[in-house]
Amino acid sequence: MTTAPADPIVKPESAPPAEPAAPGPKRSSVARRLLPFGYLSPTIVLIVVLMIVPIVMVISYSFRDNVIVQENSVFAGLANYTDVLTDPDFLAAIKNTGIFITVSMVAHLLLGLGFAMMLNSPLLGGVAKSLFRVVYVLPWLFTIAVIAVIWRLLLDPSGVVNYVLNALGLIDQGVDWLGSPSTALWVVTFANIWSGYPFFMISLLAGLQGIPGELYEAASVDGASPWRKFLHVTLPQLRPVIISMAVLDLIWTSQQFALIWMMTGGGPLNSTEMLSTFTYKLAFSEYEFATASASAVVVLLLTMILAFFYVRQQRER
Amino acid sequence: MATVLPSRTAPGMTPKTRRRLMKTLLFLGLALGAVFAGAPVLWMLSTSFKSNGEVFQNPPRLITENFSLDAYTEILTNGAQLRFFLNSYIVAIAVTALTLFVAILAAYAFSRFTFPMSKTINAVIVSVQAVPPITLVIPYFGLVVGLGLYNTYPGLILTHMVFTLPYAIIMLTAYFNTLPKELDESVKVDGGSSWTALWRILVPISVPGMIAVGVYTFMISWNEYLFALSLTRTDDMRTVPIGIQLLMGQHSYEWNQMMAMSILGSIPVLILFLVFQRRFIGGLTSGAVKA
Repeated sequence: MTTAPADPIVKPESAPPAEPAAPGPKRSSVARRLLPFGYLSPTIVLIVVLMIVPIVMVISYSFRDNVIVQENSVFAGLANYTDVLTDPDFLAAIKNTGIFITVSMVAHLLLGLGFAMMLNSPLLGGVAKSLFRVVYVLPWLFTIAVIAVIWRLLLDPSGVVNYVLNALGLIDQGVDWLGSPSTALWVVTFANIWSGYPFFMISLLAGLQGIPGELYEAASVDGASPWRKFLHVTLPQLRPVIISMAVLDLIWTSQQFALIWMMTGGGPLNSTEMLSTFTYKLAFSEYEFATASASAVVVLLLTMILAFFYVRQQRER
Repeated sequence: MATVLPSRTAPGMTPKTRRRLMKTLLFLGLALGAVFAGAPVLWMLSTSFKSNGEVFQNPPRLITENFSLDAYTEILTNGAQLRFFLNSYIVAIAVTALTLFVAILAAYAFSRFTFPMSKTINAVIVSVQAVPPITLVIPYFGLVVGLGLYNTYPGLILTHMVFTLPYAIIMLTAYFNTLPKELDESVKVDGGSSWTALWRILVPISVPGMIAVGVYTFMISWNEYLFALSLTRTDDMRTVPIGIQLLMGQHSYEWNQMMAMSILGSIPVLILFLVFQRRFIGGLTSGAVKA
């Protein structure tokens, strides 16, 4: 943006553009420059208070001891980090979180893609399409607290899941899905898969509808089978959406707290302990806010790595 | 771009039978999917109409002899449970109103002005979405206690905005960008300020975009769990998701009431979604694909 200097004799290099030298039109130009910051000021204040200050706080807590609960905190160096990183429960939480987010993401993608392709089929009429779409979106409309109680009801040792599996001859007696360390992680993951696939489905459905029909027509002219069309038209066209959804899903699922907290509380025997539940327990059950902060900073760093891939992928598009 | 390889032709089948087979397979798949998605919801609904003794009846039945609305009357006549709903409405409505107001101003700045650092500020706003809530909840606890906002509505409303504001700003900026600049320029030519242009011209024609953003904001706040759990202490400040959890311990598993409360707690979101489905999904996918 160029502002015409009021005095034509002034040497160009001595006239910095933002100098509010004279009143009148120049002052109004300064005001005009500040105007967008005026509109942004509530946002900037909120971002500083809700993100920048808290992140600085949590990092400083993580290097100190006796934070929050006591008046005088003391510098502790890296002690909190060594505590956290050598804690077998923390390492178990990393492993569980890794399994939980990867299995969830792959299943979300496969189910979301499968459902989106069925809904997008030209063989399906308009009414049937909207009906099935509403049914398929259902799990996504319930809050996580509700999803947790639904699955606790279904998975109860004398619940309906055991009844059905028993009737099909797949199990002999009631399985305590959430109460045994060998199954708890898998059923929690299953509940998360159930609740999260609709978001993939909706985005992939929009992606499918955006693929130009000529691509399929050209493929048909070349005699391509439906499977080949899927491999060589559909998948390449959806690739950008799939990649960004996958990374976003890993980030979101790694932040999942309520589902695990309400289904198992991290148990039994840490078998469903996630980074989020581990950190929460340290802070709000044991009041070890300093150690919990170190754990929270590690979680932040891991998320940053995922976010970095997401941003890089978005740039490439 | 997409290379298409020649393929084998379909093995001995007329196009008509093949089409019929495809259609049968499709509906089979759709039905299986509907059972997967819908059966748990149906079971929740069915359980809410049972007496607690019938919940684990063997063999399970969808509708039992004692079909009744007792679980619902129990919840709706209990002052403590109603308080959870009141709290959720107060917080979610306040979060929605404040988020929309702040986001409209920010989106206007991003959409209609060029200014230094706009890219940086925008990047910071986008990155807020990735910060894990579990990382924030610890300093929030310190902040909220320090500011005297522990166990209050403002404490919850303010912290919920960290989730809702970035998304709202991104969505509304994209929406404003689709509106021609000539609209608000005409107000300025007539001597009006940018403030007038925003509220008189831009906001009224952006109502569809604001509905999508508002519905999403309401849903996020209504469903939020971690902050509601950590930043409130007494039962009269708890929101619906925490109320559902409290029902789990308090009454030693009144399953029918838990399901009734879950359904009552889901109704606002279900209604909002069904009414605004098209706008909402449209807004959401454009956000997910472009943002």
